[in-house]
Amino acid sequence: MIPFLDISTQALFGQLLLGLINGSFYAMLSLGLAVIFGLLNIINFTHGAQYMLGAFAAWMLLNYLGIGYWWALLLAPLIVGATGVVLERLLISRLYKLDHIYGLLLTFGLALIIQGLLRNQYGVSGMPYAMPKELMGGRNLGFMFLPNYRAWVIVASVIVCFGTWFLIERTRLGAYLRAATENAALTQAFGINVPLLVTLTYGFGVGLAALAGVLAAPIYSVNPNMGADIIIVVFAVVVIGGMGSILGAIVSGFSLGLIEGLTKVFYPEASTTVIFVIMAIVLLVKPAGLFGRTA
Amino acid sequence: MKTRRLLAAAAALALLPMSAEAQTAKTLKIGVLNDQSGLYADMGGVGSVAAARLAVQDSGLLEKGWKIEVLGADHQNKPDIASNIARRWFDVEGVDVVTDVTNSAVALALSSLARDKNKVELVSGAATSELTGKQCSTNTIHWTHDTWALANGTGKAIVQTGGDTWYFMTADYAFGHALERDTEAVVKASGGKVLGKVLTPLNTPDFSSFLLQAQSSGAKIVGLANSGVDTSNSIKQAAEFGIVEGGQKLAGLLVYLTDVHSIGLPIAQGLLLEAAFYWDLNEGTRAFSDRFSKEMRGRRPTMVQAGVYGSVIHYLKAVEALGDSKDGRAVVEKMKATPTDDIVMGKGQVRADGRKIHDMHLFEVKSPDESKGEWDYYKLRQTIPAAEAFRPMDQGGCPLVTTN
Repeated sequence: MIPFLDISTQALFGQLLLGLINGSFYAMLSLGLAVIFGLLNIINFTHGAQYMLGAFAAWMLLNYLGIGYWWALLLAPLIVGATGVVLERLLISRLYKLDHIYGLLLTFGLALIIQGLLRNQYGVSGMPYAMPKELMGGRNLGFMFLPNYRAWVIVASVIVCFGTWFLIERTRLGAYLRAATENAALTQAFGINVPLLVTLTYGFGVGLAALAGVLAAPIYSVNPNMGADIIIVVFAVVVIGGMGSILGAIVSGFSLGLIEGLTKVFYPEASTTVIFVIMAIVLLVKPAGLFGRTA
Repeated sequence: MKTRRLLAAAAALALLPMSAEAQTAKTLKIGVLNDQSGLYADMGGVGSVAAARLAVQDSGLLEKGWKIEVLGADHQNKPDIASNIARRWFDVEGVDVVTDVTNSAVALALSSLARDKNKVELVSGAATSELTGKQCSTNTIHWTHDTWALANGTGKAIVQTGGDTWYFMTADYAFGHALERDTEAVVKASGGKVLGKVLTPLNTPDFSSFLLQAQSSGAKIVGLANSGVDTSNSIKQAAEFGIVEGGQKLAGLLVYLTDVHSIGLPIAQGLLLEAAFYWDLNEGTRAFSDRFSKEMRGRRPTMVQAGVYGSVIHYLKAVEALGDSKDGRAVVEKMKATPTDDIVMGKGQVRADGRKIHDMHLFEVKSPDESKGEWDYYKLRQTIPAAEAFRPMDQGGCPLVTTN
């Protein structure tokens, strides 16, 4: 196509960087999904709503209690994570022995209810959430203008992704978790409280979604549909990475952000579909996903 | 809900054969079909249903023994879903008129359906000027605004103040294309140039990549040929990417009150926009808005919702004069023959091509200091008289005009 010739290397770098930034949202969200699926075997369709709740929690903290962005970054994931814990104890824990489809239906239904309630209360056009003063403005990198906030999003996301991977793959607690997934009865026999571990894991995954929501609040519209718009893409990312694979979720999150970014330059009309095309190809070639293990 | 509607429809059907002789059976059904959950739900949505109900109350027909029912449905911005709902409404439930019809793709699809079934389509929430251009219909009236009027008002005002090079960010469907085409024509006619454009998929959460392309184009004006959440997201992110600081200006070609509410005045201040209605314009608009506000938990009406109110008022006048609502084409003829007058948009008329004309207003968004409180957002810059605000009939290519 002709547009290939139009674009300079400089502009290309800019677009790649932007893709990476969007990828960091995909990575953080798919990471939470992968953790929950990998360790609980639950396809958490409420994830998008929990991402949205994170953004709304930040908005509410600011508007009702006067608590600013930096505290929201800590408090919103804790609050939303706590609601996740309650949800898991009350409802989701009853479904572990049943088919996946039940978990999917329950979480999907919950997502619709949460979105509907907030839509009723706040409408759909979104609430303004100001950027923290410290991160306003931006710098000219020569090839593009990079807003400071976006740079912060990349840094935060890389730290969170690496931290989570490290926690699960390299620490004793992570080893317990993985053991509990492999064989819950045996792990329990060693004196480890498996139900508690599982509950906390769900709470952690939900907290990750909420954290992504807080990070998104100053740049995307804080509205009840924000999660529904992004969650389908994130599911595609998880499928491409391999359901339940943590490394897969991170790597495919960032790289699909890149690919989507490039599509926005060369063929913008297809930018919302390109990820699904890739998903279809991956499923044909490697049904378990790029990093997934075949059962 | 569904069973109740079905029962009502069954009851209406049962009454049909007798209606000729029975004086009491003057029934009428108004269907408000729009986006009630997606990106356009705030500027129309259930607010339009509330506006239609207010119009029914104000028409005085209820006191004269008419039975008028207002239905609402969510078309989710999908023309196929919209057509299915409208078909069911027309064929099974005996709905006489659909109104609002947000989303241009949907409005165009329903326009031909309404003509085939001889019903009435009163468009308020869709903007494509095609509705009264080549695709005009004997059964459709386009009430509030259209892409030609928006382009003509905002576009011309901006070119005249020095914004002569443009880059378009266009929502990739019927509405965006029409708005871009109409604005481009105005820009060129006023001596400006279009340097480039990018088509963005409907409901894009992140515009940064498109903004970067707009930035590198070097155009003085970045024209946003989109609406709803797409507009507020692109304006919010343009601020972040320093578009305005870098010397470029944004032109929101279709910005609703609810968008400004969502963006917030610190970012939206100074934005020029065109609207047919603003709640704080005069006695009538304030009175309507106060009542609307009570129904809608403090929200102020947008021009789309005000347009639904005005169009239903005028429709009911025509139906009352004819004494019957069943011949959609005759009702539309009557609406064209009668001058319009309502509290929200003042005096006007419906032209032969189905375009309703009235004054349009150019507003500037207030700064946070100028605003006295929530929803106090606009100051009036200029009023464009009805005769100049809309496309002259002979330029639209509407067959209803050329053949008559």
